[in-house]
Amino acid sequence: MGQITLSSVTKSFGEVNVIPPLDLQINDGEFVVFVGPSGCGKSTLLRLIAGLEDISSGQIIIDGTDATHAPPAQRGLAMVFQSYALYPHMTVRKNIAFPLKMAKVPQAEQDRKVENAARILNLGSYLDRRPGQLSGGQRQRVAIGRAIVREPAAFLFDEPLSNLDAALRVTMRQEISELHQSLKTTMIYVTHDQVEAMTMADKIVVLNAGRIEQVGAPLELYTKPRNLFVAGFIGSPKMNFITGPEAQKHGCHTLGIRPEHIEVSAEGPWSGTIGLAEHLGSDTFLKVSSDLGELTVRVPGERGLHHGQTIRMGAPADKLYRFDQNGLAL
Amino acid sequence: MARAVSPSRKFWTTLAAWSVALVIFFPVFWMVLTSFKTEASAVATPPQLFSAEWTLANYQDVWARSDYPRFFWNSVVIALGSTLLGLAIAIPAAWSMAFVPGKRTKDLLMWMLSTKMMPAVAVMVPLYLVFQKLGLFDTRIGLVLALMLMNLPIIIWMLYTYFREIPGEILEAARMDGASLWNEIIYVLTPMAVPGIASTLLLNVILAWNEAFWTITLTTTKAAPLSAFIASFSAPQGLFYAKLSAASTMAIAPILILGWFSQKQLVRGLTFGAVK
Repeated sequence: MGQITLSSVTKSFGEVNVIPPLDLQINDGEFVVFVGPSGCGKSTLLRLIAGLEDISSGQIIIDGTDATHAPPAQRGLAMVFQSYALYPHMTVRKNIAFPLKMAKVPQAEQDRKVENAARILNLGSYLDRRPGQLSGGQRQRVAIGRAIVREPAAFLFDEPLSNLDAALRVTMRQEISELHQSLKTTMIYVTHDQVEAMTMADKIVVLNAGRIEQVGAPLELYTKPRNLFVAGFIGSPKMNFITGPEAQKHGCHTLGIRPEHIEVSAEGPWSGTIGLAEHLGSDTFLKVSSDLGELTVRVPGERGLHHGQTIRMGAPADKLYRFDQNGLAL
Repeated sequence: MARAVSPSRKFWTTLAAWSVALVIFFPVFWMVLTSFKTEASAVATPPQLFSAEWTLANYQDVWARSDYPRFFWNSVVIALGSTLLGLAIAIPAAWSMAFVPGKRTKDLLMWMLSTKMMPAVAVMVPLYLVFQKLGLFDTRIGLVLALMLMNLPIIIWMLYTYFREIPGEILEAARMDGASLWNEIIYVLTPMAVPGIASTLLLNVILAWNEAFWTITLTTTKAAPLSAFIASFSAPQGLFYAKLSAASTMAIAPILILGWFSQKQLVRGLTFGAVK
């Protein structure tokens, strides 16, 4: 079980209101990702759920029990920290067994659970090493192992992959997703990386300045962003926003066009000059100075486009996003 | 990039370092030499660095005249007792100051340190009277308490500095893992802070061992440690430099040996946190 309900949760540090009243429902077995720019309050929200910070007002209910004022250990949650937070003076075995030792689990059962976690995470041959003798990826696995043995109601991940290099990040991302599929336990995952959010989540919670901008499945956020913030945050490269006559022509204040939806073709209605062309092989990213303003364009494959070239572009009408002057989607 | 050091610069800095070391070391060296001289050659003018006749008579006299083992044992009990008791109080105190600081924590730390700036004489009479009334005068427990209180600010300050170096996330992880406050301190914080705690312990044992003002003021015979043992050789009937030196050598030898073997730990402890 791992159902978490936040109702009217707020958090202030002194005068500063970090989380305005916030409601959120996390269902059992869901993989929920909190995503948002730095300082949006996503880590604070996770720490409030963990019990590492006290909430200023509101209520947190975990599996039907009011956990608002329960200490972290009694909430039945396990957390994986960005810095791994392993105990440097203990071996891997002792690190993983620590929560069991604290819960006074009999030694035989401790050993069995540690062996089991080590097998799932491929840590078998490292059990007698200290964290200092492990690589970043292995340390992260130990941190996950320490969380698994508790058999928590939910796992909390606080930017767990940001200290790893790019290649390892992809591998660990997949491992965590597979872990979720095999354990089927609720997972709450905080990241500022929208690729992690899009690839791992069942449900994404987009946060901005402590407020929830939108909650939804990854593709729902991509196809139906509720406002300018979500539209700009989800998708890479960022959506182009156009104001002025072109927007008015479409009956809105701001027109949004994703770079991948702009087609470069001789019949296109807009013209522009390429300022910068980035050739990735699979795609080409163009910065174009056009009649509509600066545009980012993503062209599939390699078309031999280069700096200074004048091109014509267009976008299919059903791929246009329209927003009113308050930034809300029309 | 390594900084280039010219040979002449290296020579002069080395010379300066050795000179300073010699100035600090010389009195101790002189004391040890004097302890092996006869009383006559100890006070000879001009002073003789090396005596014509070496003797162990001073040590024999000192040993025969007073109960060295009792003074030594008192010193051990007082130095270790006050340090261990101080640590038991300071570890939780430093934990709370380092990890759950309040608005006034910094002020509190400064205030505690400022008590060390107060001249000890200022509280001599009140403390003397309190000790007499409470029956703590000339008792080891009294001295343990007095020296613990004297050194507590330093112990807390040192531990606070070490604890601040320990990432808070590790303690939070322990909390998530179900550790109670005590388990967090015993299983996670203390083992991680062992180098810091060890150097604090060593430094405070040395401070307490060398403490003379309070140990002499608050004792007469029963609880008197080695500092009082030295003082007893500067009797009104005159100074016997050779015997005084022998007594002093006997008093400082244990702590000197301890300091020698733990110097690596001490230096590491005192410079801990200076470089990240």
